[in-house]
Amino acid sequence: MVAKKGGATRGGGGAATMSEDSVEELTRVPLQAILLADSFATKFRPITLERPKVLLPLVNVPMIDYTLSWLESAGVEEVFVFCCAHAKQVIEHLDSSQWFKQPNFTVTTIESNNSAGAGDALRLIYEQNVIRGDFVLVSGDTISNMPLSEALKEHRERRKKDNNAIMTMVVRQSKPSPVTRQSRLGTDELFMAIDPETKQLLYYEERADNGTVSIDKTVISDHPSMYIHNDKQDCYIDICAPEVLSTFADNFDYQHLRRHFLKGLLDDDIMGYKIFTHEIHASYAARIDNFRSYDTVSKDIIQRWTYPLVPDVQLFGNTATKLERRGMYRGSGVGLSRSAQIGPFTVVGSGTTVGTHSEISNSVVGKSCKIGENVSIDGSYIWHDVTIEDGCVIKNALVCDGVIIKSGVILEPGVVLSYKVVVGQNFVVPAYSKVSLYQQPIKQDSDEELEYADNSSGTMDISSLSSLSDKLNETTSRLSELQLQSASEVGNGGVGLIWSTSEGSHEEEWRHSVAPIPADKLEILYTSNDELEVLHQDGNVPPPEEMERDSVASDSSEDIKDEFQTFEKEVFATFERAVLENHKDDNVILEVNSLRLSFNLDASDCAGPLFYSIMKWALTMGHSSPSELVKNVASLLTKWQKVLKYYMPSIDEEIEVIMKFEEMCMESAKEYSQLFLQILHLLYDKDIVQEEAILNWASEKENADESDKVLLKQAESLIQWLKEASEEEDEDED
Amino acid sequence: MDFQVVVLAGGFSKTLVPLVSKEVPKALLPVANRPVLSYVLELLEQNNLKDLIVVVEGESAALLVGGWISGAYVDRLHVEVAAVPEDIGTADALRAIDHHLTASDILVVSGDLVCDVPPGAIASAHRRHDAVVTAMLCSTPVSGPIESGSSGGKDKAKKPGCHNIIGLDPSKQFLLHVAAGLEVEKDVRVQKSILRAVGQMEIRTDLMDAHMYAFKRSILQEVLNHKETFHSLRRDVLPYLVKSQLRSEFPLNGVQGDENGNHQDTSQESKILLSQLLANASTPSFHELYALGPNGSPIARKTHKCCVYIASKTNYCVRLNSIQSFCDINRDVIGDASHLSGCSFSAQNNIIHPSAVLGSKTTVGPQCMLGEGSQMGDKCSVKKSVIGRHCRIGSNVKIVNSVVMNHVTIGDGCSIQGAVICSNVQLQDRVVLKDCQVGAGFVVTAGSEYKGESLAKKEK
Repeated sequence: MVAKKGGATRGGGGAATMSEDSVEELTRVPLQAILLADSFATKFRPITLERPKVLLPLVNVPMIDYTLSWLESAGVEEVFVFCCAHAKQVIEHLDSSQWFKQPNFTVTTIESNNSAGAGDALRLIYEQNVIRGDFVLVSGDTISNMPLSEALKEHRERRKKDNNAIMTMVVRQSKPSPVTRQSRLGTDELFMAIDPETKQLLYYEERADNGTVSIDKTVISDHPSMYIHNDKQDCYIDICAPEVLSTFADNFDYQHLRRHFLKGLLDDDIMGYKIFTHEIHASYAARIDNFRSYDTVSKDIIQRWTYPLVPDVQLFGNTATKLERRGMYRGSGVGLSRSAQIGPFTVVGSGTTVGTHSEISNSVVGKSCKIGENVSIDGSYIWHDVTIEDGCVIKNALVCDGVIIKSGVILEPGVVLSYKVVVGQNFVVPAYSKVSLYQQPIKQDSDEELEYADNSSGTMDISSLSSLSDKLNETTSRLSELQLQSASEVGNGGVGLIWSTSEGSHEEEWRHSVAPIPADKLEILYTSNDELEVLHQDGNVPPPEEMERDSVASDSSEDIKDEFQTFEKEVFATFERAVLENHKDDNVILEVNSLRLSFNLDASDCAGPLFYSIMKWALTMGHSSPSELVKNVASLLTKWQKVLKYYMPSIDEEIEVIMKFEEMCMESAKEYSQLFLQILHLLYDKDIVQEEAILNWASEKENADESDKVLLKQAESLIQWLKEASEEEDEDED
Repeated sequence: MDFQVVVLAGGFSKTLVPLVSKEVPKALLPVANRPVLSYVLELLEQNNLKDLIVVVEGESAALLVGGWISGAYVDRLHVEVAAVPEDIGTADALRAIDHHLTASDILVVSGDLVCDVPPGAIASAHRRHDAVVTAMLCSTPVSGPIESGSSGGKDKAKKPGCHNIIGLDPSKQFLLHVAAGLEVEKDVRVQKSILRAVGQMEIRTDLMDAHMYAFKRSILQEVLNHKETFHSLRRDVLPYLVKSQLRSEFPLNGVQGDENGNHQDTSQESKILLSQLLANASTPSFHELYALGPNGSPIARKTHKCCVYIASKTNYCVRLNSIQSFCDINRDVIGDASHLSGCSFSAQNNIIHPSAVLGSKTTVGPQCMLGEGSQMGDKCSVKKSVIGRHCRIGSNVKIVNSVVMNHVTIGDGCSIQGAVICSNVQLQDRVVLKDCQVGAGFVVTAGSEYKGESLAKKEK
């Protein structure tokens, strides 16, 4: 492709290449990208109640700016930013940071206020019909410096060969910790199976809830060699064909990109869509999914893994920052006291002042912060305009804009202080607590959807904006009331509510927090993992063989038997409904057929269960004498003859029905055993079974055990008669 | 090398009827005119493994095999022939000869293996990693899977050539998962714990377990003694060892029985060190990392290693376990894998014993073998076939893709294609056989035609 382009610019080449070029030129569409500026998750609450996640500063620059500048540098020409929660804020930000005015880089926003997930977003984009070719799908919290050209080339080449290769996922080497079973980005461990030749993705499992990875045997037989990975990380950067959008449109229940869409594609073999992976080795890609990844990625940026997206390179909206010794970045106009110690790998934003004897290490401090004397800050993220008074100790905490921390406060590891919280003097904020001016949504509403209902008020129009301000007033007024009582909440003179962590997630809080996992937790995990494993393995290791092998052998046949029995039951239920609700024959056939398909059975398997249903129903109709029962059966058979015959195209099914009837007589419905001959005769009269079937059945039964022959003997007279009749017929013909 | 070799030679295998008979147990079936067992024995001899135990099922078979070995290898190998009851599993057979096992490592070889992979390579891989078990894997033969008995093309279409599902670590040295037998037909279930420890596992379905294993004796005996329900090495013992490798229940790494228990700690450390050095890797294997736990946590875990040796694709490696494979091996040994036969081929790429007599206008094509003292009449044609010793073949006989054993009489005008004719068979004139097996001593009457049948005398 590159070569061809070169030819075109030189203007040379024969007519053939020219036409080819022009075709390519015509079909060439600018590389497009969809950026989801909403994570559709609640992991960054309470901060995301006030500001969209993509605008949260990461090393003093909003996340979305990282994503956009990467896309721009990677050659994307047109980006559609999908905004949902706090859409206004996102648009304002894009406007103020010049993203709308870049040459050769178009940024278009698409607003929605009722999307509940990535699926809704993509369906909306599909309806707008703006995507013309392959596109890059990322979320606005992706930090990367990978070049897209190679992955795109692979993707396009695959598409040329196989139109079903609709998506290329970017993955990266990253082994999760064997103890915590999560990656360094705080995401759950991931199991993927990839074909080493084609790089096709064959299996994807994000949540580990059982001890084994189970891969379908059909997949195995198609791929003689495959790798199961536990050491890869999903970068959430997807190169998609337009079919991805239409797949979302076709499957209105797809919402989550991985859990629904990917799983759906991997499980479904009707469409035959395939997903491939592209592994990056040298470049960086990560998605900020939780507080832990926020911490990890921040450190990676400071340590320059994401170059050129680092604080001292002015690629995007960041301000002049100077890199000094020991990985320290200092913005302009920083007022440091002489005795202040700024440790390694620390960023201090412009206009920030630090008082005497204060120590800052491994942290990020935003713009215009005021840090008092004797303050110790370690491993923390202090955003803009934060005031920290004297003598505070802050370790592994996240402090949002406008927070005031009064003197002598101690923030224990994992604390998150949301916007404008005030912490009272000498207060100790307990570990992993989250403090916000907003009240915590009530538990049952804490589901994802409410946040959007909540947030969409901010994205709507003026009237709703006023309602928002009302709400804010309400909160503040509430807070002023609270201030009196809130001495208990965040200290004397503090403003803010400590969110209670729901019982279930409390234990897990430390997993995703900005603070490293404490050693004692590791110890507990380590031992519990071992125990778990032993448990799992005891479940898996074959219990001494003999048994196992037997059970294996019988398993499959038993399964089939069980399945058939459930099928029989289902057919009976269908039939019951049909009788009670007076369905038409055709509808019954339709229903039985769909049942049959769902159980993966043949049409020939239906006759038995259907006959069984009819006979069983006849029994349930109630009868006082055998003759009445026969009458019932007769009337039912007349009514359902057509349906029954539909499933009995050949002699085999007829024999099947007789056998079924025989089985019923012997086992489930003994009432029939005395009537066997009568009903068999009835079946013959109604042409449901032909004489050939009866005779075949009789001859098959000839060699059976004596006990099995009871019914045969009963039917002896009929069989005899049939035989004679057929002989006579033969003679007649002669 | 302190290796003891156990050759499992089988007995009168039922799947090979009518080829095997009371006079010819499976181990003595001729492949290019010498018993199949000789291929294994010579392979072992070449690798200087001369201390062997040959395990034969059934007393009478043992006598036959023993008689042959003592005749052929009397001063070359130190062979002990042990008879075990018939129809027992491979694990049972080892259990039965338990008291014979003394060396620290045991090499178990199937007696029906025809291959050119040096057992020494397996032994050294085993030693290098200080493994509990090392299995040899080879690529599935190109000619398609060796199908047991006469399964039709239907099964083949379902799962082309899938015998074993094997899980390997990225360096292809360790065995992480194995599914054999019935499990192959099910979905693959891989333990996550081992995936976590290794990070990446390769699942292969194009490899075949070649039935050559090296075991650490102490562990093998412990497993055999404690798990009395284990019958087969391949189906029971190997999967068990593989599954339990990260939570080993055995006293390991130096604690070799009680005799040297005093030096446990020192020898353990030095062994680990040694195995790391020998594994010529600067980083320890995942087993050791896993055993150490994070930050050298005090809770040490017991692990043991299961290794593999993967034969390269150019190696020949097939087991004689079906009639089909019997034909294939005979064809290959005088054809593509002719180096195995140990004979030198003539310019026409065939082997005709000097004492064999050919009639006029009789042609013996390439990739053929004609045994000692056999006679052929006029205008015969032999293609890609093996003919044994002292056969009398009439005129106008066509033999293609067939194996004719010893002392066979073939009348004039016979046509034999893809057939196996056992010893002492008499084919009268104008017999036409296609894809047939004829059991020892059978007489095929003149002019009869058979296709795809198995002919044998009725056993009394």
